[in-house]
Amino acid sequence: MLEVQNIYKTFNPGTINEKHALNGVNLTLEDGDFCTVIGGNGAGKSTMLNAVAGVWPVDSGRIVIDGEDVTGLPDFKRAAMIGRVFQDPMTGTAATMEIEENLALAARRGRRRSLHWGVTRKERAEYREKLKILNLGLEDRMTAKVGLLSGGQRQALTLLMATLVKPKVLLLDEHTAALDPKTAEKVLNATETVVNRDHLTTLMITHNMKDAIAHGNRLIMMNEGKIVLDIRGEAKKNLTVEDLLHQFAVQAGEEFASDKALLG
Amino acid sequence: MAAYFSSLDLAALVSRLPAGIAQGVIWGIMALGVYMTFRLLNFADMTVDGTFTTGGAVTVVLILAGWNPWAAMGIAILAGLITGTVTGLIHTLLGIPSILAGILTQFALYSINLAIMGMTANKAVSIDKYALAISSRNVNLAILTGIILVAVLIALLYWYFGTEEGSAIRATGCNPEMSKAQGINISFMKVLALALSNGVVALAGGLMAQFQGFADINMGRGSIVIGLAAVIIGEVVGELLLGKRLNFAGRLSFVAIGGILYYIIIVIVLWLKLNSNMLKLFQAITVAIFLAVPYLQGQSKSSFRRAGKNTVAEKTEVEKTEGREIKDA
Repeated sequence: MLEVQNIYKTFNPGTINEKHALNGVNLTLEDGDFCTVIGGNGAGKSTMLNAVAGVWPVDSGRIVIDGEDVTGLPDFKRAAMIGRVFQDPMTGTAATMEIEENLALAARRGRRRSLHWGVTRKERAEYREKLKILNLGLEDRMTAKVGLLSGGQRQALTLLMATLVKPKVLLLDEHTAALDPKTAEKVLNATETVVNRDHLTTLMITHNMKDAIAHGNRLIMMNEGKIVLDIRGEAKKNLTVEDLLHQFAVQAGEEFASDKALLG
Repeated sequence: MAAYFSSLDLAALVSRLPAGIAQGVIWGIMALGVYMTFRLLNFADMTVDGTFTTGGAVTVVLILAGWNPWAAMGIAILAGLITGTVTGLIHTLLGIPSILAGILTQFALYSINLAIMGMTANKAVSIDKYALAISSRNVNLAILTGIILVAVLIALLYWYFGTEEGSAIRATGCNPEMSKAQGINISFMKVLALALSNGVVALAGGLMAQFQGFADINMGRGSIVIGLAAVIIGEVVGELLLGKRLNFAGRLSFVAIGGILYYIIIVIVLWLKLNSNMLKLFQAITVAIFLAVPYLQGQSKSSFRRAGKNTVAEKTEVEKTEGREIKDA
């Protein structure tokens, strides 16, 4: 379970670049909730995810994961509970290291790094099986450097790494935005499979309203650093893109600005 | 000109080579230390200029105090661990940029190294009075000892960077964002890698001081340049010879070999009777050339100039075939 309680964050306070990025965000995700996040540029979607991940400390408010208050912990300490996939496919993997080395790093998320061997034979067999699920042929290239992979392959690998140790919360920050439509769909399908199989509590940002409606059991819309719409259950199932656009116009008092959302 | 060439004595070059190789092996050890930070951690660590001297000073002072030379070098390694830790903490705790953090520690070490040597700039240690581990008096034994140490060190590094902890250091150097997301404390890993690297550099300093029979406050000056030169020469030569088959153990070996190759180049430069006051200039040019090789190799495969030429070639090709088609019609 993830509880975000009244968090505020202002960037560059007291300067001309001052930005009130989060203005009292409240959100509670139950175990197994798959929540999609939409909103215009600068609405605070990524900022909220980064706050949960612990990229920087929040100004006020509390973040509780599975009953534990993590507000005072930096990202690498929260990592034991959190799996992350980033927008940029380059961010989530180590390019100069092998596929199996990357997976081995992820398999030790939240554990002390000891002087035991970095990748054991037993793990290799396990990774091979898990890579097969992605259906990208990576299981036959386990000792290839990740830098040789395409963006889509890297993103799929990052997804696998984020879920290798079952996270209490999975954070997906527009993880298909940098991919071509076909690859994006593949990665999204893989996401759906993994989230459903492991019953993962998930937050997924997307600019694509169709995706936001098609995936997950809950949808939130953000505007000006706040959650302005929260739709779940039956209501979400019956949602259409037109409904959302209308809602956005009502909530934000303006037309939805992003062409991407209309076209998607 | 003829007089110059006739004055060059090949026998003299051959007789100087062994001493050059012995020094090269020691610089190879130093280069392995530099490799850990420069390549694996992606951190150009300027501390090593100071640490090399620290290693020499600590070793010589302790040997003069009656310590066993190997034990003395053990303490020198500890001193290196400390200098690296200081740079790491200045960088991670105080937010000072990496290059500047190294320069600051190096600068401070000048005073500390003087203090270690009892406020003198130079301390001699004679093989006649002390059972040194390595000495220019017996060059063949020095080479052998050096090579054994290099082999042990390569084995240790190969093992360490294959462990979970070593992998975490490599991940930190490659992608800090990803490392944090995987729960790696990147600040700790940086300090750890800097400490270990400087430990190795201090060992090299201790060996060099014994080899040359003294520790000198300036013995480490420019050693970062020599270390980088060795790393890059080794990598360039290794990739040339082995290409894609160059694995991690091979890479480490070639870094050490890079140290030896570098010193052979220096011996040749000196043998050519180029003014030794100009040595630093030649060193810088050598390093610049080897640093440029990977870039220029890439350029020869793909560059704007080449791309421009290709389109011109294609155009004329198209014009030619078009002309032929018209004729045919």
